[in-house]
Amino acid sequence: MSDVMTASQARFDVAAGPDLRRWVLQGRDAGLAAGAAAFGLSGVPDMLRTAQVAGGTAARLGPHELVFFAEPDRADAIYSALQAGLKDIPSSLVEISDRQVAIDISGPDVELVLSSLSPMDFNIRAFPVGMATRTLLAKADGMVWRTGPQSFRLEVWRSFVPYMTEYLQKVACDVRF
Amino acid sequence: MTKQYRIPGRGRVNTARRVTFTFDGREFQGYEGDTLASALLANGQHLMGRSFKYHRPRGVVSAGSDEPNALVAVGSGPALQTPNLRATQVEIHDGLVAISQNRFPCLKFDLGAVNTLAAPLLPAGFYYKTFMWPRSFWDKVYEPIIRASAGLGVAPTAPDPDQYAFRYEHCDVLVVGAGPAGLAAALAAGRAGARVIVADETAEAGGWLLSDTTSRIDGKTGAAWAREVVDELNAMPNVRLLTRCTAFNYGPHNMVALNERLTDHLAHPAVGQPKERLWQVRAKEVVLAAGALERPLVFDGNDRPGVMLATAARTYLNRYGVACGRRAIVVTADDAAYRVALDLKDAGVTVAAIADLRPAPDGALVAAAIRAGITVLPNTTIQRAHGLNRVCSVELAQLLPDGSVGKGHQWRADLVLMSGGFTPSVHMFSQSRGKLVFDEELGVYVPGQSAERERSAGACRGVYRLDRVLEDGARAGAEAAAATGFDGSAPQWQTGDLDEPGRGGFAGALPRRGKGLRAMAFVDYQNDVTAKDVKLAVREGFRSIEHIKRYTTTGMATDQGKSSNVNALGIASEALGRPVEKVGLTTFRPPFTPVTFGAFAGHAREFLFDPVRRTAADGWARDRGAVFEDVGLWQRARYFPINGEDMEAAVRRECLATRSAVGIFDASTLGKIEVVGPDAATFMNRMYVNGWTKLAVGRCRYGLLCRENGFVYDDGVVGRVAADRFHVTTTTGGAAGVLNMMEDYLQTEWPDLDVWLTSTSEEWSVIAVQGPLARKVLAPLVDGLDISAEALPHMSMAEGSICGVPMRLFRVSFTGELGFEVNVPSRHGRRIWDAIWAAGEPHGMTPYGTETMHVLRAEKGYIVVGQETDGTATPDDVGCGWAVSKVKKDFVGKRSLALPALKAPDRLQLVGLLTLDPSEVLEEGTQLVARPDEAVPMHKLGHVTSSYFSATLGHSIALAMVAGGRARMGETLYVPVEGRSIPVKVTNPVFYDVEGARLNV
Repeated sequence: MSDVMTASQARFDVAAGPDLRRWVLQGRDAGLAAGAAAFGLSGVPDMLRTAQVAGGTAARLGPHELVFFAEPDRADAIYSALQAGLKDIPSSLVEISDRQVAIDISGPDVELVLSSLSPMDFNIRAFPVGMATRTLLAKADGMVWRTGPQSFRLEVWRSFVPYMTEYLQKVACDVRF
Repeated sequence: MTKQYRIPGRGRVNTARRVTFTFDGREFQGYEGDTLASALLANGQHLMGRSFKYHRPRGVVSAGSDEPNALVAVGSGPALQTPNLRATQVEIHDGLVAISQNRFPCLKFDLGAVNTLAAPLLPAGFYYKTFMWPRSFWDKVYEPIIRASAGLGVAPTAPDPDQYAFRYEHCDVLVVGAGPAGLAAALAAGRAGARVIVADETAEAGGWLLSDTTSRIDGKTGAAWAREVVDELNAMPNVRLLTRCTAFNYGPHNMVALNERLTDHLAHPAVGQPKERLWQVRAKEVVLAAGALERPLVFDGNDRPGVMLATAARTYLNRYGVACGRRAIVVTADDAAYRVALDLKDAGVTVAAIADLRPAPDGALVAAAIRAGITVLPNTTIQRAHGLNRVCSVELAQLLPDGSVGKGHQWRADLVLMSGGFTPSVHMFSQSRGKLVFDEELGVYVPGQSAERERSAGACRGVYRLDRVLEDGARAGAEAAAATGFDGSAPQWQTGDLDEPGRGGFAGALPRRGKGLRAMAFVDYQNDVTAKDVKLAVREGFRSIEHIKRYTTTGMATDQGKSSNVNALGIASEALGRPVEKVGLTTFRPPFTPVTFGAFAGHAREFLFDPVRRTAADGWARDRGAVFEDVGLWQRARYFPINGEDMEAAVRRECLATRSAVGIFDASTLGKIEVVGPDAATFMNRMYVNGWTKLAVGRCRYGLLCRENGFVYDDGVVGRVAADRFHVTTTTGGAAGVLNMMEDYLQTEWPDLDVWLTSTSEEWSVIAVQGPLARKVLAPLVDGLDISAEALPHMSMAEGSICGVPMRLFRVSFTGELGFEVNVPSRHGRRIWDAIWAAGEPHGMTPYGTETMHVLRAEKGYIVVGQETDGTATPDDVGCGWAVSKVKKDFVGKRSLALPALKAPDRLQLVGLLTLDPSEVLEEGTQLVARPDEAVPMHKLGHVTSSYFSATLGHSIALAMVAGGRARMGETLYVPVEGRSIPVKVTNPVFYDVEGARLNV
């Protein structure tokens, strides 16, 4: 994927995101609190915010929903901790590691590129570093997480990756004009 | 030639850069900065188009986007020609190719002009009454002829090679229009710190200031002031100024669409540069500074080339350095035209006279005109303009005290400038659903109560004098910024040498002498609607302005009544004998000006039109030459032809191989939902018609989902992974809908349930291994898992691993054979597929596609939702009454299923059909009747839902929905097809292995 954007890498770059394992936790307040604690967080992140631990990130994508991302070498430990922490607390922990794929985008044009795909406001005041949300990326459902002032991680369902990549390529050309 | 009408020292065009272009094949020259209209006018060419209905020669009327006449096609070739562009907005560049439209054989001599002679036969609504008989002629004769002779340009025939960009944008304040009010507003909001977007449809910000060389702001000309403001705005990081960018749609919640033209003005666009960009701007506050449009006057011959709006001539003179004629007659009801006359005279144009409709015009400008030696004729109207391809003279006549028109005098002129006053451009305000109010003093509608967070400023709300316009704009900008949390003061400027436009005005048809039965006084130039048409509509009983609009088509052209609206209203008001404000106003519809289809399409074309979803094994199937079909967004292998087989041959082979040995099928596209929580079984009980409480962990059940109305919505196998965890599968197309429906019930009806839903459709790749040898193939691969008939019987599931990869293994069958569905995490999908294939090949494994899947399931009488069901079939109708729990208190659809109508014995029921001729394959969708000799219309008993040739049975088979079908077993029905009736025998829908012996092995 990273070979796609060589023409304008100075302004915008697309790269395959890291290989991650993922779980979605849904539950009531107690469930989310237990999950967040088991994950190593001091509390449940605010709505549409992420929080990080060594080798992992939690994203609060809904009132009753946390998505956990784990680097492969920490994944088994994290999964065990989550299972243990959630034992006996009504909740749903489902692995979605292979449902979606991460795409990292970065560069000075990154906000413009995203603005061509999604109706959200990506100005850093409206969408600060650490914010994450589900949105529509052109015609694909996806998640957008701002990892830095000029970098975002997108997650789309696996079968939408070719569509998303091609769309990003087209749009990256547009925003130069 | 160019020098002929070009006035040295005037205009903002770059006379150092000559530009060559062609119009109707003839080469012309203009300057950089010219529009097509100004460049043609500089060459003395007024004739630019032919009218819509009468094919009358037409010249340019305006200098802006309100132009109704000069519609041209730009570009050449089947893909690149863009029709219906306004010559007043087309910027010329070297090599520009433009042609006129709606003429045959050429612009100067158009055979269609014969329509003018036939005008008495073509009144308003003529096609409702003239071509009534014979009825059959309408489709074949009248309509094609009308369509061919009326109309606009020709649509391109080849695919558009250009790219079109799209962007969403957010801002605090969006300013529509960059004239004096818009610039003042943008400056006020920008200085306050708000995120501001200013959009102007023209190439240069400044609006009317670029045409006004008289007024002074802080001692500077309007153009110089505008330049400074633009420089300041461009230097602000929080302000974006967009030119060549039209705000064309005002959507709900301040979502305003802009169309920015990026390359139309360039001879050589950069490689890869998009042609246009569509913006969807979500603005917290909107300032509309759209300006005002000068109104034409309605008189006989007012469409002759050379008759144009007075202020347009001033724009051509001062912005483009072009005199529109040599000898001008001005007809006006407003002081603004006097300034035009003075400017023209100053530039050397003879102003023969100014005819003023007002009895005693007394403004400062009137005095100035008289002082300058211009003949001013108060209380005078224009009876008629003469000329064909160019106006040559006019008849001016005195308005008599009794309201009639006196004897006229001929005046020679090659330019007639008309000014009926100004109409505020309220299009965008009207689109925002704001309420328009009638301003008695100005005689026009102006914005009243806003419906959105929006305010109008300047001429678009009837404020015309420059000092007030600037003040109004600055105030609006400051208020809008303050409303978004940015406080600042409204800037102020000193103005001088101001005119007082917009104090007069005229609405309706000008008074004339005589009945004027053959007079062609146009109200709507673009749709060729005359004053007579509007009066006729009233005479024929139309009272509402909305009805008059539709009957006459006034205001319905692509210009959306920009120049015609108020005049049409004036005529209707007079004919109805009711004041204008009582007649009402029609709706202004988007787009403000036409927008290309390319801009709307953006990148959504070809591969990016819709996402194309492919499974993990997609590449494998393509390598083997599989033929694919679209199922929703998914692409699925339909069959795998070898050695040039057609589909029929491939499917026969695939079916036989699967029934005799083993087949492999990619079932990954099925929807999957993980239902988890202590209340999972309760939730499943309430959603599905089946009972779930007793389903043991590790077992599967066929689940059927109804809507509230009791009709089948979706189906799929459900496995119980744990007491509190179900692995639900749905149809490929139903995946998103089922999840939404479940979430809907969960969130609105049963928020108390501790159960949660997660889509896992793409988490799992699903490989179906079906056939008597399926176990033999899989057993060595599943890492020691016992998949024997005893350990893993039909309709059971197990978790384990395959080739070291985590697996959920389902013992299920949609073929009627021993079958397994291997679920593995998608990243491993291809690897495991390859491994199963390698293990299966020695056993004669055959890949099969969706077509074979359909045949195999039809042989077993398994339904496909959407094929056997059509949204009106109950579970019992499709033979699945056994699945409906009798003991559950409630489930979605239970109440409806209890209705007598849903239990009637004559409902359409699923049956099988066998033809007498085993090779006769029925057409899916054909109807069934009781007797072949029935009179037409025959009584329909049902229809064929699925029909295939079954290689296994050596016979064609069909499934059908037949009224009271289950009671008709053995009966013969008939399928009427062209020229004959095919007899069919009604049978059990299960054609193969009725006892299910092959499943339980």
